[in-house]
Amino acid sequence: MTAVDVDHARTDHAGTDALADRIRSLVLPDRVHGSIYTDPDVYARELERIWYATWVYVGHASEVPEPNDYVRKTIGPQQVVMTRDKTGAIHVLHNRCSHRGNLVCDAERGNAGSFRCPYHGWTFANTGDLLGFPFNQGYGGSRARAELPGLGVVPRVEAYRGFVFASLAPDGPTLREHLGAAAERLDRLCRLSPSGEVELTAGWVKHEVTANWKMLVENETDGYHPQFVHSSIFSISGSGIGALYSDKSTAVTRALGGGHTENDLSPEFRRLGVPMGWAGTPEAKIPDYVAAMRAAYGTETADEIMIDGSPHVMIFPNLFVAEIQLFQIQPLAVDRTVQHVTAIQFKGAPDLNRRLVTQCVGSVGPAGMLLADDAEMYERNQRGVAQRQPEWLDLTRGVHRERVDDDGHTIGTATDETSMRAMWRHYRELMT
Amino acid sequence: MTTALAIGLREAEQFLYREARLADAFALEEWEALWTDDAVYHVPVDPDADPRTHMSIVFDNRGRIATRIKQLQTGRRHSQRPPSRLCRSVTNVEILGAEGGDTVVGSVVQVLESRDRGTTWWVGRVTHRLRRVPGGDGGELRMAAKTVVLVDSDRPLPTMSFLL
Repeated sequence: MTAVDVDHARTDHAGTDALADRIRSLVLPDRVHGSIYTDPDVYARELERIWYATWVYVGHASEVPEPNDYVRKTIGPQQVVMTRDKTGAIHVLHNRCSHRGNLVCDAERGNAGSFRCPYHGWTFANTGDLLGFPFNQGYGGSRARAELPGLGVVPRVEAYRGFVFASLAPDGPTLREHLGAAAERLDRLCRLSPSGEVELTAGWVKHEVTANWKMLVENETDGYHPQFVHSSIFSISGSGIGALYSDKSTAVTRALGGGHTENDLSPEFRRLGVPMGWAGTPEAKIPDYVAAMRAAYGTETADEIMIDGSPHVMIFPNLFVAEIQLFQIQPLAVDRTVQHVTAIQFKGAPDLNRRLVTQCVGSVGPAGMLLADDAEMYERNQRGVAQRQPEWLDLTRGVHRERVDDDGHTIGTATDETSMRAMWRHYRELMT
Repeated sequence: MTTALAIGLREAEQFLYREARLADAFALEEWEALWTDDAVYHVPVDPDADPRTHMSIVFDNRGRIATRIKQLQTGRRHSQRPPSRLCRSVTNVEILGAEGGDTVVGSVVQVLESRDRGTTWWVGRVTHRLRRVPGGDGGELRMAAKTVVLVDSDRPLPTMSFLL
């Protein structure tokens, strides 16, 4: 394999894009170079080309249910505030005073029509508009308000089924175009709610790892690892999850386009045919939920929905829905990433929701019986890719048995690296 | 007849020190034996939130404490392979009162964890609910509940798969 000169191929200022050329040489259809996870220049370009350019998941409408509610959120390393104004519209604002750059909002969440900077008292509406500034004669009177800037407003904010995405780029594809086939996966999730609505009301656990964010994105739909990374918990809990990701599984790994990927476990859930089997929760334990679902959809459809279960989908670059939990990936540096996680809650299903919180808490976060071990793998990988040999990471698993499904999506078996190849293909387009 | 408050400060301290030593040493069976059958082990994100409806870092009933121990015993709990090297101190021990028949004991824990990834300092306020159960000379102490409120519980935290 060819060695890549990672030290000398910097972007020069003569107009040629050496970094783009280098990334093209680092991300190949069947392998990626280790430095793609460790190079600060690559990371800087990812911020510009991905995190500050494409649609990024920010939060959920249920986190700001009432007029004037707000909650602090992130777009990668950017601190933003997601607000709902008095008319009900949702805004995403940069958390930075337009006067001297101070952090305007320090509470994690709350209800306020305006934010007042603690430094010199400039006040901003929850739409970002500048409302006032003390001793206004220093600016020639209150009329200066029209000329002085307000808070930075993230130019594009759109929601799909309550999932709020934002793009720092003023122009580009619509959210619906960005989501493509991934939108149907969010539909599949919402369908599990008797009211058709998901709520994120259970609060967040924040798990920080010393690893590049792409390690997490790749792992989310890597069906090859569960039997190994999670064998400790599968072996003692009698969990059927391991079998879903085996050579015998009928589940598939699917590239949804746009870098979005999924492990579609529904063929296995249908084969087993147990309503709520995917959640590991017998119907008898959640009679109110089952009754509400049948009332909402009719028995036959409700049972189908409850058998098919929830999606396992990675919406590039930062939203991961894993059946009962939702992760938001936040890069902080080339080798630092925070995974924010909460239990998905279905509006109108309190009995199921409590079980989902309990299950989710057992699985995720710093002490989670699943995620602590995933995190260990990210961190070991990050240390590994810093070593000089053999330079490349292999992505060939399942290439020979990939096929195209009826919807035109590339699919592989449950344990194939179809998802990674698709993610990298999209990444390469964005980055070069 | 032993009353709940008959658990004195000295006895409570000795129990807490022993628990800390067993957890540091991954003496898993001995540590597990300190819990009552109705035990709850809780590391909240927000100590004021209801753990049945809100996320926690750890919220284990007795069955899940057993699962956590068994997972460590498989030898394939990768985040504890090799086990963290730990040394914790337990300080500020106070008898805070009684709850049902149990004695509520407050303390502060500071744990230094050393792993390949680096060294992490975990600090929090701990509340134990201690109960005297029959056995030994004058009964033995067990913990019916342990809640650890980390100073930074709502901030991004690294992996914490040892027994806090």
